Amino acid sequence: MSSISLPQTTRYLTFKLADELYAVDVANIREILDVTAITKVPMTPAFMQGVINLRGSVVPVIDLRLKFGISPTECTMNTCIIVMEVTVHGETVILGALADSVQEVLELEPEQIEPAPRIGTKIESGFIRGVGRHNNDFLMILAVNELFSFDDLAGAAVQAAV
Amino acid sequence: MHRQAFREEAFELLTELENALLELEENPHDQDLLGRSFRAMHTIKGSGAMFGYTAIAEFTHDIETVFDQIRNGSTNINRELIDKTLRSCDLIRVMLDDETAVSESERSDLTDYFHKLNQNKAAKGVNTSISRPSPADQSTAETEKIYRISFKPAPDIFFSGIDPLGMLNELRLLGTCSIVAHLDRIPPLEDIQPDHCYTYWDVILTTTREEHAIRDVFIFIEDSCELKIECIVKMDSFADEQVEKRLGEILVERGELTEENIAGILKQKKRLGEMLVETGLTVPSKVAAALVEQQQVREVHQKRQTTEAASSLRVPSEKLDTLVNLVGELVTVQARLTQTAAVRNDPQLANIAEEVERLTAELRESTLTIRMMPIGTCFSKFRRLVRDLSAELGKEVEMITDGAETELDKTVIERLNDPLVHIIRNSLDHGIEPAEIRERIGKPRHGTIRISAKHSGDSVVLTIHDDGAGLDAAVLRTKAIDRKLIPANAELAESELFHLIFAAGFSTATKVTGISGRGVGMDVVKKAIDSLRGQIFITSKNGQGTTITIRLPLTLAIIESLLVKIQDSSFVMPLSVVEECVELNRSDSTRAAGRLLPIRGTLVPYVPLRERFGLSGSAPLTEQVVIANVEGKRIGFVVDQVIGQHQTVIKSLGTAYRNVAAVSGATILGDGSVAMILDIPKLMIAEENICISP
Repeated sequence: MSSISLPQTTRYLTFKLADELYAVDVANIREILDVTAITKVPMTPAFMQGVINLRGSVVPVIDLRLKFGISPTECTMNTCIIVMEVTVHGETVILGALADSVQEVLELEPEQIEPAPRIGTKIESGFIRGVGRHNNDFLMILAVNELFSFDDLAGAAVQAAV
Repeated sequence: MHRQAFREEAFELLTELENALLELEENPHDQDLLGRSFRAMHTIKGSGAMFGYTAIAEFTHDIETVFDQIRNGSTNINRELIDKTLRSCDLIRVMLDDETAVSESERSDLTDYFHKLNQNKAAKGVNTSISRPSPADQSTAETEKIYRISFKPAPDIFFSGIDPLGMLNELRLLGTCSIVAHLDRIPPLEDIQPDHCYTYWDVILTTTREEHAIRDVFIFIEDSCELKIECIVKMDSFADEQVEKRLGEILVERGELTEENIAGILKQKKRLGEMLVETGLTVPSKVAAALVEQQQVREVHQKRQTTEAASSLRVPSEKLDTLVNLVGELVTVQARLTQTAAVRNDPQLANIAEEVERLTAELRESTLTIRMMPIGTCFSKFRRLVRDLSAELGKEVEMITDGAETELDKTVIERLNDPLVHIIRNSLDHGIEPAEIRERIGKPRHGTIRISAKHSGDSVVLTIHDDGAGLDAAVLRTKAIDRKLIPANAELAESELFHLIFAAGFSTATKVTGISGRGVGMDVVKKAIDSLRGQIFITSKNGQGTTITIRLPLTLAIIESLLVKIQDSSFVMPLSVVEECVELNRSDSTRAAGRLLPIRGTLVPYVPLRERFGLSGSAPLTEQVVIANVEGKRIGFVVDQVIGQHQTVIKSLGTAYRNVAAVSGATILGDGSVAMILDIPKLMIAEENICISP
């Protein structure tokens, strides 16, 4: 894990999922939306929330809390959809992720980031690029490309169908 | 950019060449076809050289020479020649992608052959050419003409990667050539931009070729240069009496001097022409006639060129895709407008909405037709396939096509190619019997494959029929039981048995050949057709042949569908699979324990989608059942409400949902909400699996 090289100073968008802070490289962020009507796609696992109409294109939305094994997201005033651009199998994919609340954009120096711990986090370490430290807070920097590779979807979909 | 344009054009030319060759095989004396083949080859050679495909140019040169001789009548077409030329087309195609991909030996095999033909001709001399019976063509082919070509390339010609010298060299190949370079446009040294071209040329060319052959040389830069091609002398049978233009006339014609200049000088003595006429060398009318004739030729050419330019336009397909997408979004917005107008109850707004609706529909129609291409482009490839395969298999097979002008979306045609190749291979390999067997059982020696296409409603129906051995239902049954595809005691109708050949790993051939029989193929065909939202059927009569029918939607971008609702969720079902809608009363559904619905005497199974999709809420008292028909099997889907017909713009769900079984895409409704497009055939398979493994 430690072999993953992190770029120089990078800006991150931080957001909260069940009181824990997460961060995503701003290069992956497209926009942040208020929660709109999400259309469920039948026969898909629960963490695949469905799709939204984003100015004429259909964008899938993922419930990160469910993906990480936390309870389902409950929509509040602060809930929003973070629209990201990730690269999956060499293809650029636009998708949205539900977040309990979006915090801020901050800069982190490479020395503020430590490699992901193998144990002790709620989510699989493969999905974490590193742990950032900011004002005594720890933030998990998500490896979005790995997180949304959807390799687990094929099996999940079939199970849901039967 | 220009290289790309050349490659695209070359691929098209190769296809055209191939077609012409295959037709030539049947009518070897068709001058029009010969002309077409020759021109295609010539353009490939010429522009190939211009864009640096030297290997292709050299390679094509010999073939071109042979065809020139055929055109002149000094060589005759035979099967071997066609074979070799077709083989050359394949090589050129490979070389267009990568010139080094074709080994020297492969090429030299063919070039040696064409070389030999050329030499043979040289040895035989002119004698053979007299044997040709077509005097009309002879006169055009043998007449030498002198052209004056003034070629003024645009200063920035080098930016497009074109070397004017390459073109001049090419002109040299056409005939005797004298070239004069004009240097007067070259500015003083300090103003010279080294990457600009300041030189222009005058070329006097004596050739037997037509003007278009010369124009072809410049085909890629016609827009970026000043090009004037004039036929100044035509040497016909009266060549001896031909007027020789005087220096003065030539200079005036070239615009170097004015008539007055010359007249002024000539006034001083007797006119040259008068002297000539007086001495009986020529008559004035000859001069006038020559000029009129020349004018006429030029006008005809100009007219032809303008109509050609206006009739078609080459546009990159991405631009068309963008246009189709935009129209798709416009359709969505228009649906919103119509809905808003209906809610507002404002007649003025309703009027506008109606107008917009009409215009959008028209725009949609015409945009989609831009993407339409005649399916014949695809058929012509098969002609070659059938020819090659039948030779390889030692069978005699004739291919007949029908409805080649039927238009289909370009993407559909492209993706149809592979499945059709599979089907045709199968027909040739397993279907059609060798000639001896056919004779013994009283069929004509020639096997026939008939491919036809026709419109039927909003879809296109393709049929591939062969008059071969057909499928044996009993053999299929045994095979299927062997492979455990069906239980040994299964009772299947003949049509269901035939459909088994689309199952993965199923092959009826007892032996595997290089062409087909490995059992991969028909299942791939089915998958490909499914992905095009098409359907495939097969019928067969043992001993009499097999017919495969493929039904395809006209386009992939927009489909006609039925909009239904369950609770608050909207779903659309492709109208092509929907058969009818019936009501389902609560009392019926509780009574029918097996979830079967009697429809006109037959029981149709139905699936409550609310339950299947895990949607909340309870069903209304009267539900609707949409009866779908997929490949002859009927199944009902229970929904709360049928809204009506809907023009559905298909949006992909993307990578995230690529494995979802129930839906094939999504669409955006008039109110901005998203509705799922149900994948009925897949839903049906999922249902069957549930039934088999409870």
